[in-house]
Amino acid sequence: MTRRGATAVALWALLTMLAILIVARARYATDMSAFLPAQPTAPQQFLVDQLRDGPASRVILVAIEGGDAALRARVSAAIAKQLRSAPEFESISNGTDANALRDDEFLFEHRYALSNAVDSRRFSAAGLASAIQRSLDELASPAGQALKPLFARDPTGEMLQIVDQLQSAAPPHAVDGVWSSRDGRRALLIAATRAQGSDTDGQQRAMSAIQSAFDLARRQESAADMPALRLGMTGPGVFAVRARSHIEAAAVRLSIASSTLVILMLFVVYRSVAAVLIGLLPVASGALAGVAAVALGFGVVHGITLGFGITLIGESVDYSIYYFVQAHRSRDRDADPDRWRREFWPTVRLGMLTSVCGFASLLASGFPGLAQLGVYSISGLVAAALVTRFVLPLAVPGEFALRDVAPAGRAISRALGRIPHPRVLAVVVLAVAVLVLFSDRHRLWNRELSALSPVSEADQTYDAGIRADLGAADALDLVVISGTDLQGVLRGAEQAGATLARLVEANAIGGFDSPANFLPSASLQEARRRSLPTDAELRSRLAVATADLPVRAELLAPFIADVAAARNAAVLTPADLAGTSLQVGFGALILHEGARWSALLPLHPGGDTSAPIDLAALREALRRDHCDSALVLDLKQASNDLYAGYLSEAIRLSLGGFGAIAVLLAIALRGVRRAARVLAPLVIAVSCTAALLAAAGQPLTILHLVGLLLIVAVGSNYALFFERARTVGDPLTIAAVAIANLATVIGFGLLSFSQVPVLEALGMTVAPGAFLALLFSSLLAPRQPNA
Amino acid sequence: MMPVRTALLALTLLCANARGDTGDFDRLMDLFAAHKHGRSEFIEQQFLKMLKRPLESRGELIYEAPDRLEKRTVEPRLETLIVDGDQIVVQRGKSRHELNLRDFPPIAPFVASIRSTLAGDRAGLERVFHVEFAGTVARWTLALVPVDAALTKAVSEIQIDGARENLLHIEIRHPDGDRSLMTLRPAAPP
Repeated sequence: MTRRGATAVALWALLTMLAILIVARARYATDMSAFLPAQPTAPQQFLVDQLRDGPASRVILVAIEGGDAALRARVSAAIAKQLRSAPEFESISNGTDANALRDDEFLFEHRYALSNAVDSRRFSAAGLASAIQRSLDELASPAGQALKPLFARDPTGEMLQIVDQLQSAAPPHAVDGVWSSRDGRRALLIAATRAQGSDTDGQQRAMSAIQSAFDLARRQESAADMPALRLGMTGPGVFAVRARSHIEAAAVRLSIASSTLVILMLFVVYRSVAAVLIGLLPVASGALAGVAAVALGFGVVHGITLGFGITLIGESVDYSIYYFVQAHRSRDRDADPDRWRREFWPTVRLGMLTSVCGFASLLASGFPGLAQLGVYSISGLVAAALVTRFVLPLAVPGEFALRDVAPAGRAISRALGRIPHPRVLAVVVLAVAVLVLFSDRHRLWNRELSALSPVSEADQTYDAGIRADLGAADALDLVVISGTDLQGVLRGAEQAGATLARLVEANAIGGFDSPANFLPSASLQEARRRSLPTDAELRSRLAVATADLPVRAELLAPFIADVAAARNAAVLTPADLAGTSLQVGFGALILHEGARWSALLPLHPGGDTSAPIDLAALREALRRDHCDSALVLDLKQASNDLYAGYLSEAIRLSLGGFGAIAVLLAIALRGVRRAARVLAPLVIAVSCTAALLAAAGQPLTILHLVGLLLIVAVGSNYALFFERARTVGDPLTIAAVAIANLATVIGFGLLSFSQVPVLEALGMTVAPGAFLALLFSSLLAPRQPNA
Repeated sequence: MMPVRTALLALTLLCANARGDTGDFDRLMDLFAAHKHGRSEFIEQQFLKMLKRPLESRGELIYEAPDRLEKRTVEPRLETLIVDGDQIVVQRGKSRHELNLRDFPPIAPFVASIRSTLAGDRAGLERVFHVEFAGTVARWTLALVPVDAALTKAVSEIQIDGARENLLHIEIRHPDGDRSLMTLRPAAPP
């Protein structure tokens, strides 16, 4: 080994160790922040907080199916009982709430602080008279029997008012005392986990706890009933857990399958296990360098970067194939690394630089997911190419003798030579592709975030069904009040609530929830306390109020005592809600991130129509009422806008990258014509692939776009080799390119069978694209004089 | 609610001794079954011990076979209560609530007593109540006591009397001694 060689190997070993160290210590994130712009707007920040760690992300919906209603009710009760003492959960609701009684006591005791109806008008003589009259009407109604015991203490009906204000959405349907679907065929529970939605391990532990509680409850039933019972779970955390195991399983299975195939193929060509393993060195080094560079540059590596990063293998494995096939010509000639360096390395280097150029455009992205992909690909490709150039030649075993692939190269060359009028064919194919793309231009791209969702359609339908059963369909429209302290956002929620209440009155919206309904701001509580009259005052007002009513004055003595107690009670704080289910309700509507507090007011559509809420009118109403801290959000629209922004930026950057590649080639090849000759097959391959996907009815997502970029990266090597007139007469280079192409098509072809959208999209784009790139590179190559 | 119904059915089968004069009772039920619509004006008085005088309301009671019952209160406040199958709709001013009868077991006997009587559904009546029939078709009295012990906490007895297919009084007695009395008279066709 030469001195220079030794230095290269030592440097490589050192850098590899360093990279391993960085990769091992890196933080990995699988949340949505990859899609969050680096400088998010308030709605965007809120949206991602919601998706990642919002209260809704911590909910697991549980369904028990099979058997009869009584059986399901017993199992539901048994599961709830067991899970309520489990550390994984904050609350379990199934209708048999252990909190329900405590809630009622709490609400009744603090009714004068909590009731939105309490003000000085309510406690004037006229206000008392009309409130008491109303309670008498309630007593006369069919439900009156249950209200009779409360009348003497609560003649103004504050308890009913509170129940009303906390139940703007209808409670779930109950059968045999537990929540159930409307058709009565499944019992339902809502489990709120302590683990955040983004903590997939924590969500997985919670799911196991639910499963074992169900198994235990089932074992206590008779042998005849046991097999009928089924457990279903859904929710954001459940999706995350399933997607992870799904992706892990698919990724492992497919990587094993495709690497086995690629390795087998390489073994047939190399005829040496050692050579095959050494050939994977650039791939491994590149992947390692890529992750390490991202970890260094961003501090945290997004899961989606790793997912995209598989793409790197497609190109980096090619480098070693080029080296082996071109440098080790055949059994009867010595390996000639120096000749390879002189003749082929410049082309491989230019191909690598072309790819780097393409991916460099992503560095400018405002979205970390894309920028990371850029860093990963660039550093990975540079590392793989350098390892191929400087380390690989030193590691090849001495007795290594490649199978003679020249005949295969000649056969391919002959077959290609038989295709008539290759240029005309290329032009026609391009024209057809452009026509297809043009006619499909309006539905070419899928602009919905759900396009990237790893959740299967069946799972999404099941989730929607359970949510509809619970009357807990996702509130997609929200008013958000943000501020720097809890009391501030509660006051803001009360102010916005007043506006919203008027809109409910006008049937513009069906209803809304507010954290202030669970816990009013301290200032509102004080105002309510001040509006309560003294004993003497209350007595004299009651005398006036009840003069015409059938109520005996002495009956209301407990009322006077309760009002006196409320006048002297302390202001309620969040700590007072502990142990009641109000805490869960309140917590679900308050977000606290660092120094930022947000109050959420989900809106229920409706009134009389099921038409969507007029958000513009809502914004206007809030503006007129000077609710300046209120932000109106349409979650679905906001998330789709975010993704659409991500997508259009990626398209713009990719076009920029393409321009950069064109300039690079024009400079490196010293001529626009030569550059055009390299670019032409790539343009045809990319348009053809996109047209094929469009014709197959596959709307393109950002994953397909990355796939198209990769076609350019991989294909630029083919095009560059074929562009050199010498190549056309060199069966070995043709064979090398064909082998590299076969490896790419096998690897990505298998991915296209995956059920995981990330892998499927990359596979179905890159496999045909790479083949087309090779085909058109060779067809458009300068014709061989003696072909 | 299916299991509860099955349980009630089992109970009635066990103590299958429906009392009263079967002949007149059945003839009355047949008479009701033949009348598919009913419309009465009502005055309801609720005697609550804690109040100085009864709460009074008036309005209309409308029945459509087989299981739609509408109670339209006009005074003291407009309020409509519609029971259609298992669906309950309460409309009061602007607020409208839709409920399911199965979710409110205490209301079920009120509805069952009136609805099954008006439908001429003797079996249905006897599923929910111990029924005692007295009098003749021309002037009759039904005394209904809930079969389910849990329901007697809300209602101890319902007494309905009438002349032929016209209801005259519905009296509901609660275990705490409070009671309500609804006095009906056939409404003039609208």
